Amino acid sequence: MKFAKLMTSVAVAAGLFAGPVSAEDMRIALVVKALGIGFFEAAAKGAEEAAEELGGVEIIYTGPVDTTAEGQIEVINSLIAQRVDAIAISANDTDALVPTLKKAMQRGITVISWDSGVADDGRMAHLNPSSNALIGNMIVKLAADHLPDGGDVAVLSATTTSTNQNIWIDEMTKVLGNYPGINVVSTVYGDDLADKSYREATGLMQSHPDLDAIIAPTSVGIVAAAQAVADAGNIGKVNVTGLGLPSEMAGAIESGASKSFAIWNPIDLGYSATMLAHQLATEAATAEPGAEIAIGRMGTITLDDSNAAAMADPFVYDASNIADFKDIF
Amino acid sequence: MTLLKSREAILFGAIALLVALVATRFPGFVVPSNLIAVFTDTSPLMILAIGQMVVILTRCIDLSVAANLALTGMVCAMINVAMPDLPIFVLICFAMVMGAALGAINGLLVWKLSIPPIVVTLGTMTIFRGVIFLLTDGKWINAHEMSASFTAFPRASLLGMPVLGWIAILVAIVMIVVMARTTLGRAIYAVGGNPHAAVYTGINVGRTQFLAFTISGMLAGLTGYLWIARYSVAYVDIAGGFELDVVAACVIGGISIAGGAGTVVGTLLGALFLGVVKNALPVVDISPFWQLAISGAAIIIAVAFNAQSGRSKGRIILKSAEHAQ
Repeated sequence: MKFAKLMTSVAVAAGLFAGPVSAEDMRIALVVKALGIGFFEAAAKGAEEAAEELGGVEIIYTGPVDTTAEGQIEVINSLIAQRVDAIAISANDTDALVPTLKKAMQRGITVISWDSGVADDGRMAHLNPSSNALIGNMIVKLAADHLPDGGDVAVLSATTTSTNQNIWIDEMTKVLGNYPGINVVSTVYGDDLADKSYREATGLMQSHPDLDAIIAPTSVGIVAAAQAVADAGNIGKVNVTGLGLPSEMAGAIESGASKSFAIWNPIDLGYSATMLAHQLATEAATAEPGAEIAIGRMGTITLDDSNAAAMADPFVYDASNIADFKDIF
Repeated sequence: MTLLKSREAILFGAIALLVALVATRFPGFVVPSNLIAVFTDTSPLMILAIGQMVVILTRCIDLSVAANLALTGMVCAMINVAMPDLPIFVLICFAMVMGAALGAINGLLVWKLSIPPIVVTLGTMTIFRGVIFLLTDGKWINAHEMSASFTAFPRASLLGMPVLGWIAILVAIVMIVVMARTTLGRAIYAVGGNPHAAVYTGINVGRTQFLAFTISGMLAGLTGYLWIARYSVAYVDIAGGFELDVVAACVIGGISIAGGAGTVVGTLLGALFLGVVKNALPVVDISPFWQLAISGAAIIIAVAFNAQSGRSKGRIILKSAEHAQ
């Protein structure tokens, strides 16, 4: 009796999902870490945009209610049962999802990961929001764009052992030659603590009175540095830039302590993931190392040895667009 | 008493020497405006250290101060977002009451259940951080969401010094009076100095420890608002690991970990010493890899020095027996 009831409800649920779809539509499922997160809602917006541009594509935006691998496995199983054409997933676990995603691929479903990847076996291709080289270049470009005649800049990083930040700063140092006149006078570490970052930023302004910009490739550091610049009365003199989230940086953009900063754009990311999934599912492109795949307005991406690709430069946020994004993520 | 006084004089001398040393490498450090900035920057540490001192004097320790600060600060920020027009004065009173309540939880567990304080506060430290996560889902409260008066209060200038610095001075004065001139203050010293003797004089040891935790919590709550307003951001990990700085400030300031000995002035100087080190290191251009080692070495040297000067010379009763073996 219970079992029958369960079957009925499953059938009803499946019916609800399958309802409005016409037979020819290609169905691409955008599976996110959890529903209700601004970042992913924005990615879904981008996916809808891609679907509209492509035509004949239906987006199924879905995910578990909390960020667990188990929840995503359930969602994927139900998508397999619905026979969707492609799954584009931002994974809660690198390895745990592999068996389920393999099953999906065996049933002929195109599987890609984006944002947060799964192990090579579990997907055909992976889309990173950006690459270390692009980020390294972007953080110095952000500072240089507001210093046409060159100037002194300093880096406020997280801890001395933060892998990401160290790689980005290395990449930045490599391309420094392309920005003549930009002098990196110091690199300091705020340990991703608000108080220490604030103190280090204050120290930078004291020991380098001619400082023109502080580059902070960390979300705690950039907020603290902006506050330190505002408190020291150096707004307009010292520009704080780097990597941050629009919701956290809205105040700094408003006060003028930061003219611009960068982070990936979730709308572009959802758009590109959908485009990539569509290209692979329609067999317009194959997922193999070195393949160049066109992803609509975002240009072309190139897959590397592990079939991963970088979407684009981090997206720049400033006074002109901060209002649109500060409530999203 | 003369010993304590001289210890504070030595610490004051050490701070002056440190400042002078920094000035040789970076003259701008001794400009009055910068010294005021250093004092203001150290104010949260001073307020917390005074609270911690009271607890340590009773032979306890409070590791939950930074987590208490973070939780109270976050709740203040949430109240501010929900009710931007609530006067700051009301919010400060709320912060102190809430902090005191959180401190009282520690105190009750130590008093009524006789759980060792280090275990109790280690537990509540994690619980408080966990509660922040439950309240916020890990989200931040940012500068643009807080009201202007909320963030402006601690940095408003009064006679050339930000309100934050004045609050630290006010707290210090009140606590000097409490410790020296009230029965509670004397009971706190008695409980730490000799708990058995304290019982015989009619002091309730557990209740005194409970009150010490409540005071520490109240000051942590007050600092919670000040901290969030000063850095204009609230999130789960705010002031992470700061409890260790607070204990270090007490120890440097000559507060005996064994309880019963130490003064408010000593604690202030201990906090100031750490504050000068923290503010000096970024401007004297020392490799960040050395900074941690230098801070740590300063703590050990100061404590070793304190231990040395605090050691009472044993009396030799039998001169001949000393050389017998």
